[in-house]
Amino acid sequence: MVKINGEILDICGMSVSEYLKTTSYDIKRIAVECNGDIVPKSKYDETILKDGDSVEVVSFVGGG
Amino acid sequence: MNNDKLIIGGHEFNSRFILGSGKYSLNLIEAAIKDAGAEIITLAVRRANTKEQENILDFIPDGVTLLPNTSGARNAEEAVRIARLARELGCGDFVKIEIMRDSKYLLPDNEETVKATEILANEGFVVMPYMYPDLNTARDLVNAGAASVMPLASPIGSNKGLATKEFIQILINEIDLPIIVDAGIGRPSQACEAMEMGAAAIMSNTALATAGDLPLMASAFRNAIEAGRKAYLSGLGRVLTRGASASDPLTGFLRD
Repeated sequence: MVKINGEILDICGMSVSEYLKTTSYDIKRIAVECNGDIVPKSKYDETILKDGDSVEVVSFVGGG
Repeated sequence: MNNDKLIIGGHEFNSRFILGSGKYSLNLIEAAIKDAGAEIITLAVRRANTKEQENILDFIPDGVTLLPNTSGARNAEEAVRIARLARELGCGDFVKIEIMRDSKYLLPDNEETVKATEILANEGFVVMPYMYPDLNTARDLVNAGAASVMPLASPIGSNKGLATKEFIQILINEIDLPIIVDAGIGRPSQACEAMEMGAAAIMSNTALATAGDLPLMASAFRNAIEAGRKAYLSGLGRVLTRGASASDPLTGFLRD
């Protein structure tokens, strides 16, 4: 199982790109971190999600 | 005055008003920036929402420098992660470090802030740490590679003004980096006072977000900050310790 933004998903074996295609995220406006390390956009295809991975997908919001 | 630039990490700015973007409609951002004359706007980083199609970046005019903050971080490690994510979002190297351990007073953790500043400055970030105004910490931040120091005036979002005035003045006097007063400034007059004291800039969010007319208040802050800056550059007139001093000649009266 893979934890994405706190949600447990059964997507082991998918690449980051494949996972993102199943969502409606605007790829230009997000950044991805896996187990505390940045996944650069250039590595979305080759980064395969494994059992136990913890992923954050973030974007900018208003703040002070 | 035309050569009076604010320089942060080698970047030059004409405006000394850093605008927050929290707690108000995305549709007001452009007017707020314009009426504030702001060249820097802060943002936060949060988990992306697949339901919301609007993105704040689409509401910020080109040429405005983005200053992501690390709000939500409880220690240096989390702040560093957020800063790296912000940079990965592809909008520059600026970061405002914000590390808080409690959610009641939202006071910054100075010690963790120094740690995060050192790590991020070494990674090439332009680091602008939000801090509790303490001279020793400010010196540590200078040594850690900070590009400015951002002391709080009073608790975040309180609009209570310059509660830490004496300690901010010490930072202004002793620290050779721009001192940007952040958090708690509630009125243009308070922003003006901080600028008269020699603050390099003012960061404000809640004072605008909770005002009746946001763009009009942005404009009021702009004028106040510019007035305070001019007063500082001019050098304030002296204050008498006692008595009075006539402004008119003390001769040539129409008598005798």
